[in-house]
Amino acid sequence: MPSSGRPDTVYYFGTCLVDLFYPEAGLAGMELLKRAGIRVVFPADQSCCGQPARNSGYFDEARAVALRQIKAFPQPWPIVVPSGSCAGMMKTHYPDLFEGRPEHEEAKAFASRVFELTDFLVNVVNIRLTDKGQPLTVTWHGSCHSMREMGVVDQPKALLRQLANVTLVENGREKECCGFGGTFAVRQPEISAAMVADKVTALEDTKAARVISGDCGCLMNITGAMGKKGSPMGGQHIAQFLLERVDG
Amino acid sequence: MGDFTSRAPAALNDPTLRANFRRAMDGLMSKRAAQFADKDAWESLRAQGAAAKARVVARLPELLEQLEANLTQNGIVVHWAETTAQANAIVLDILQKAGAKTVIKGKSMVSEEMELNHHLEAHGIRAVESDLGEYIIQLAGEAPSHIVMPCIHKNKAEIASLFEKNIAGLGYTEDVDALTAAARAALRGQFASADAGISGVNFAVAETGTLVLVENEGNGRLSTTLPPLHIAVMGIEKLAEKLDDLPALLSLLPRSATGQAITTYVNMISRPRQPGEKDGPKAVHVVLLDSGRSRVYADAQLQDTLRCIRCGACMNHCPVYSRVGGHTYKFVYPGPIGKILTPQLEGLDCAGDQPHASTLCNACVEVCPVKIPIADILVRLRAESVNSTGSGAVKGAGSMRKRLESLVWKGWAAMYGVPMLYRLGSWGLTRLGNWLPDSLPMLKRWTSVRTRPRFAAKTLHELARDKGYDHE
Amino acid sequence: MSETARANILARLRAAPRQMVPDRPDWTPPTYGEGRLARFRAMLEAVHGEIHEVTTEDWAERISVLLADRGATRVMVPPGMTLPDGLVAVPYDQPVEELKAVLVQGVEAGITWAKAAIADTGTLVLWPDADEPRLLSLLPPIHVVLLRLGSLVDNLAQVMAEQTWAAGMPTNALLISGPSKTADIEQTLAYGVHGPKELIVLVLTDA
Ligand code: SF4
Repeated sequence: MPSSGRPDTVYYFGTCLVDLFYPEAGLAGMELLKRAGIRVVFPADQSCCGQPARNSGYFDEARAVALRQIKAFPQPWPIVVPSGSCAGMMKTHYPDLFEGRPEHEEAKAFASRVFELTDFLVNVVNIRLTDKGQPLTVTWHGSCHSMREMGVVDQPKALLRQLANVTLVENGREKECCGFGGTFAVRQPEISAAMVADKVTALEDTKAARVISGDCGCLMNITGAMGKKGSPMGGQHIAQFLLERVDG
Repeated sequence: MGDFTSRAPAALNDPTLRANFRRAMDGLMSKRAAQFADKDAWESLRAQGAAAKARVVARLPELLEQLEANLTQNGIVVHWAETTAQANAIVLDILQKAGAKTVIKGKSMVSEEMELNHHLEAHGIRAVESDLGEYIIQLAGEAPSHIVMPCIHKNKAEIASLFEKNIAGLGYTEDVDALTAAARAALRGQFASADAGISGVNFAVAETGTLVLVENEGNGRLSTTLPPLHIAVMGIEKLAEKLDDLPALLSLLPRSATGQAITTYVNMISRPRQPGEKDGPKAVHVVLLDSGRSRVYADAQLQDTLRCIRCGACMNHCPVYSRVGGHTYKFVYPGPIGKILTPQLEGLDCAGDQPHASTLCNACVEVCPVKIPIADILVRLRAESVNSTGSGAVKGAGSMRKRLESLVWKGWAAMYGVPMLYRLGSWGLTRLGNWLPDSLPMLKRWTSVRTRPRFAAKTLHELARDKGYDHE
Repeated sequence: MSETARANILARLRAAPRQMVPDRPDWTPPTYGEGRLARFRAMLEAVHGEIHEVTTEDWAERISVLLADRGATRVMVPPGMTLPDGLVAVPYDQPVEELKAVLVQGVEAGITWAKAAIADTGTLVLWPDADEPRLLSLLPPIHVVLLRLGSLVDNLAQVMAEQTWAAGMPTNALLISGPSKTADIEQTLAYGVHGPKELIVLVLTDA
């Protein structure tokens, strides 16, 4: 979105993982936008960005699903996504997927409207948060795709730092992959297990109460591993966390 | 031996190996980060390096001819080999004609590709590795586990025992200076008596016919200077167009590899010994090896693989490599570059699982000094392995295709591509998904170290409508 | 065999789809202005090199002091270079085949001139020739380099351009940055693995 100001209306792309497993996180993101005075439209025909198929090498299937999303968001409004990974798929890989095809221009135009949620809240909405919660220490896990495909590194931390009663502690392996990787977790279960074990250790070392992340794939992996080992730590999507804090 | 996936657990369950790699990779990452602390300087330098190598790829056939002409004019003999077998035969022939019995070697990954040492040994020629790391693994009878630091998988104690066993008169010592001195002493005589030196090449400059070799130890200079004969082996892609490309490339390579501003030595060789000169080999040969590279070149997307300058940064930053180490990959090139190069050189039928051994985290892409889109190529190779593009660009395309899997994806595309089906499917999953049996293979693998994810009672679609959001 | 291989390889490469040849983007290598010598010194010292400022008058004396400190007496030099009393100058005046034993075991130091030096990376540029052969800077355990301050430049691109390298490369050109080293054992630095253990640079500040 150009710096010319915030839009009146945005689209919201919930992502398939949020839709089925973390709808509250998705809803929280919509609520934050709504409270900032923005009309949020949630197209009923949306489903999945197509990343699982693309990453597995099934390009035709990925294109079929991607095209359906492109059609579901016809207006020129920004498309806000509560996941750096799905946003990265739409922003960087839609144009590649349709390279040399009639839909290429459409895919590029769509891609140019895609925003990761925290980036949108910070750089477009310029949101101001008032923390009403109890003192709490948290740490941040940035997803690989949010960092490296969407350039989202500081935005979520800037949001967390707006919260007066929240202490953000950095963890030693912040930029290292948690080992989720979609089908990787089940195709390479041993390596994935080793990666998530190291990730959990690095997070626990911060002594934070919760790990906050902007991607539910990572969270499913990390909190799943925490739960299995009986870690005292929990995890939460940043949208849900922010909403919880401003509601007190 | 099995495939990558089945080899991984042995490495994962070896705490010494895990610790050795972890320590080494953490150190290398922080050293590299210190070199490129200025992001703007890094981006512009990298753009220069990427362009230099992209130009080589774009003009490869012309540049090879130009290189050949200039090398020849300089008095360096050029040989071409389509396969590693041909390259081995060429090297052997040169050595035999010179009556060579012993060869001293500088570090060369292409010679590893050729398994040159074995070939020479089989024909009665002894090849001694002189790079300290290569020397160590030669003593251990192992293969390199990293393309820049071949014995990175070994710790001091392991090397101390190895030296104690193999170097006469040296007791057990973990003192690195003492170990280094022992290797120096053991190898000095080998250098003096070797009949030939064999090296790799980091950049061959087409414009001037110059072979550029970078190193820290001086063994590369010794191998290419002291013996009367020098043979360099190189892949056909290891070119630079002009000398002007070297400043950026020579800055990127060591900083990316080991976090050094420059290597101790940059050795630029343009000729054999000239009349009046007192040292240097009297004959210099270059073997240009294809071994699958021209096939990589045949595809517009995949040919970016050939930009690689073998800095190793991608493996240093790879969360998979740092946990399983180099030997798990089994082939010469491990880590992300190996995952894209090996299946292309050897075929997807041999190494088709390697492109899948990645989370696509893009850590490698972020650090690659010549901007190889490693993650995109991994995904492309996944597609080739199930033959979904039909391009046939890679040997063994389709070798991993399973009928059930492709059916599953067809079903997936139907469910997620048709809104009505998705509404039905997601409604069903939220109502019934949590009753799926734990014994499903995917779930079993997931829950081996994680709790089972729970489907929400209602989808976001439903919640958004309930809350009155526009749902057009 | 090689002829057929050549034809086949080039044919395959020519048959491939050609990509656009990208332009070289603008890039300005770093410059140091007045801080050039300071940068050179800092970079060289960071890689374990030693650096001393001398003059055309006193460099030989400085060498004898520095080498005496190290107990080195037999020094290989370019033919014609004389050294103060106390040092034995061994000229590199025959082909390596005749001198191998001396070179490998018989001298404790070697002296060469540098053709130029690069501040950016603390690098010496050597173009070995008939008088200063390649091994002179490699086999003796101590390498002493004489550098004229006037030949110190900012970066590699500059030295290549000013000296028009592209017009004709020598048999061997060398960039040397510090003594020989390795980090192959647990990333622990050790010096003098195959080449010199010490690199001593004498900057002739009046030259
Ligand atoms: S792929 Fe890139 S990072 Fe990896 S070795 Fe090659 S040049 Fe280095």
